[in-house]
Amino acid sequence: MGDYGRKVKVIFSSPIGRKVLTGITGLGLTVFVIGHMLGNLTYFSSDPNAYNSYSHTLISLGPLLYIVELGLLAFVIVHIVLGVKIYLGKKAARPVDYAEYKSAGEPSRQSSSSRTMIVTGLILMVFLVFHILSFKYGPGMAEGYVVMVDGEEIRDLKRLMEEKFQHPLYAFGYPAVMLLLAFHLRHGIWSALQSLGAMTPRLTPLIYTLGGVLAALIALGFLVLPLWIFFSGGAS
Amino acid sequence: MADRMTIHLKIWRQEGPDAPGRFERYTVEDANSHMSFLELLDVLNEQLIREGTDPVEFDHDCREGICGSCGVVIDGIAHGPQRRTSACQLHMRHYADGDTIVVEPWRAKAFPIVRDLVVDRAAMDRIVEAGGYVSVDTGGAPDANAIPVPKVSSDEAFDYAACIGCGACIAACPNSSASLFTGAKIAHLAALPQGHPERARRVVRMVEKMEAEGFGDCSNHAECEAVCPKGISISAIATMRREYMKAAFAGQDV
Repeated sequence: MGDYGRKVKVIFSSPIGRKVLTGITGLGLTVFVIGHMLGNLTYFSSDPNAYNSYSHTLISLGPLLYIVELGLLAFVIVHIVLGVKIYLGKKAARPVDYAEYKSAGEPSRQSSSSRTMIVTGLILMVFLVFHILSFKYGPGMAEGYVVMVDGEEIRDLKRLMEEKFQHPLYAFGYPAVMLLLAFHLRHGIWSALQSLGAMTPRLTPLIYTLGGVLAALIALGFLVLPLWIFFSGGAS
Repeated sequence: MADRMTIHLKIWRQEGPDAPGRFERYTVEDANSHMSFLELLDVLNEQLIREGTDPVEFDHDCREGICGSCGVVIDGIAHGPQRRTSACQLHMRHYADGDTIVVEPWRAKAFPIVRDLVVDRAAMDRIVEAGGYVSVDTGGAPDANAIPVPKVSSDEAFDYAACIGCGACIAACPNSSASLFTGAKIAHLAALPQGHPERARRVVRMVEKMEAEGFGDCSNHAECEAVCPKGISISAIATMRREYMKAAFAGQDV
């Protein structure tokens, strides 16, 4: 076991292992983000309690939710640590940079997205901290955010969200970060699959395009909510 | 003569590995649109020798685009703006009279500058020495058809074997990664039955060596494929990753 553990450590600290882990964690977080986005869209359900019921269902998972949360945290940390390591490695591998450098164009996939993964990634990291603090650890039932659904008193997360997105900072800051997320995923989705060795030359252009479309759809799914609340005045 | 052109050059000059480098500007009055880019440098060097200054050092050999000796970054692109050619096959007809061209050596920690545009690419040889070969008993040459190779496999192997080891992939990579070069060797030999006995050991050792030589990590920019004079696909890198994970987990010592 000790030997096997050592081996796993060597594999994942190799250049290939780093890419495979970055890809797995990246895809895992993408799946989470899609789930989160679809969950948010319950706000637009004809049932006015759908959003709060959904969030209450998640909270009610208890220990299972903690396991998922710990898993997500681990994915985030591994993804960030490796991303930073790859970025620092890039600096070390070319101490003197070119005076003039440009992409040769197709079939290169080098883009403003691929070159700024470290920047968009770090902004998303900072956003994530504020996002979790303002919603998950934001005011709850003790602060009066309570709603009665099916005879049970549950947290009124919907009200909190409607209040938050009245502020232009939230209403426009949040969509702006979602656009950065799409920008990150535009390179990220395809790149993760290539890192896992799942690409063939014939598939690459198709998967690259689909990755970009999926990235745009994810961003769209997220940003309609704050903009809708801001412009409709949170009337519900 | 109408084919005659004046070309301005901004070239990186560096006297030795540890000397500080700088750009120098030159003008070649009697360039010709039929010249290759290396011939333009030849004309410049004749001019510099006549003036009593040191000629610009650059690597070259076959000048047919097949040896992999030449390679400089021309206006920001490894081997210059023309696709699927090495610098020797870039011709001046792609430029206009009076153009200024910026020329730099490959830049990577693993490619120390020897002088001017010449870099030491031995790190790539050491990656190959780590496993990019098949071991063959000496003795009488076996019949060429002793080991049957399916046509699709030989075609695939040849696509990767077309690598001329010029290092443009590394030079163009924003991370200075040697993944396409290393992947091409691995994918080439993995496609052939002759490559199978050493398959697992090969990929593990070559990947280790790639890291040890100070090349960066791949970020899937695919810039390497775009500058490769042989157009080698980044599917080589995907193959290398599959080979590595299979070999490493299946018990090959890592």
